Amino acid sequence: MDKVFPDAPSALNGVVKDGMMVMAGGFGLCGIPEFLILALRDTGAKDLTVVSNNAGVDGAGLGLLLETRQIKKMLSSYVGENKLFAQLYLNGELELEFNPQGTLAERIRAGGAGIPGFYTKTGVDTVIADGKEEREFNGKRYILETGLFADLAIVKAWKADTSGNLVYRKTARNFNPMMATAAKVTIAEVEEIVDPSELEPDQIHTPGVFVQRIIRGGGYDKTIEHLTTRERA
Amino acid sequence: MAWTREQMAQRAAREFRDGYYVNLGIGIPTMVANYIPEGMTVTLQSENGMLGMGPFPYPGDEDPDLINAGKQTITELADSSYFDSATSFGMIRGGHIDLSILGAMQVAQNGDLANWMIPGKMVKGMGGAMDLVAGVKQVVIIMDHNARDGSPKLLKECNLPLTGAGVVDLVISDVGVFEIGGSGLVLTELADGVTVDEARKRTDADFSVAAEIAA
Repeated sequence: MDKVFPDAPSALNGVVKDGMMVMAGGFGLCGIPEFLILALRDTGAKDLTVVSNNAGVDGAGLGLLLETRQIKKMLSSYVGENKLFAQLYLNGELELEFNPQGTLAERIRAGGAGIPGFYTKTGVDTVIADGKEEREFNGKRYILETGLFADLAIVKAWKADTSGNLVYRKTARNFNPMMATAAKVTIAEVEEIVDPSELEPDQIHTPGVFVQRIIRGGGYDKTIEHLTTRERA
Repeated sequence: MAWTREQMAQRAAREFRDGYYVNLGIGIPTMVANYIPEGMTVTLQSENGMLGMGPFPYPGDEDPDLINAGKQTITELADSSYFDSATSFGMIRGGHIDLSILGAMQVAQNGDLANWMIPGKMVKGMGGAMDLVAGVKQVVIIMDHNARDGSPKLLKECNLPLTGAGVVDLVISDVGVFEIGGSGLVLTELADGVTVDEARKRTDADFSVAAEIAA
């Protein structure tokens, strides 16, 4: 079976429907699946629930799906840096479920690993604990969080081989590896697709079993949100 | 006279110990990295997936795939490592990080911390703050002692939604240093030129004064 698709629109063909849950990798604009987000916008799919640590910025990343009002609900840990998001949320046009970042990461990891729930001390005695089961272990209090499993995961990696094995680069890894494991269909977009003989089996970050479709994105924007440098001595 | 932001960051750096793994929040906490004592090994964790965070890059050397949790461009060191977000927060939640230095909107005398949400205003989210205060061994807060309108931030009880309950170990403000432990809130150091009386006037919380500075 060939996992390699010619482009993002063809990779999304047949797997997108209204009301679905989509996981989108990235931290800020670092390690986001730029081309799959664009193609998802162009499918016109609506009422999406999107799981992503952030919501992009105005005019980039998931901000593009906010402009077109295709997102009904976001699960995120931090959504600053996006004026349109604030406006849609305050107008009641967008639902939002905040998850502590580590809880969000673990919910995705758990979902992909077949674990329906886990106990964590993050959020005990805060609004995050409202309505959640609490339990004591060794005299300490924990709350129950549930695993997440999506209809579709769109992730960004650095390299893939044609079997779907993925390698990420630096901090562009972030949420991508867990999301790749936690959906019915995972599509990876990468900067380079190579022959399996070219990736060292010991260096694979995401084994190919988790990846159903692969595309190569060309000409990445890779927008830097806060360019920060030091002076040469 | 009171401590400047640089002096607060310098004071916070005195909490470092050789071999510590440390997570620094955004703002003044980030400045603490500039004061790691000579000869001491302190490894900085960035919760988006990196241990061994290096300095900002020289112009032209920036890499969009290499950022810190504040989304600023950074560099790697010889002993840096990268990992996914679940591993990163496993490190944090699992108690493997020694010290977290964060900012605050409010701290209560029992160690409650509020730093993520003001009801009625647009909420940006807690990011990794709730995980950090729940999991890291020692939590140090650096903050201005009073809000812009002059109201105290060190309180008997927080009235903003909490980031964590009973999680703060030490507060460093422009007024001085306060420890939170078995004997409640204790003023242990005063900034240059600040008196105990002034500290009391600017604080809502009940606190005792350590013997060294009570005189």
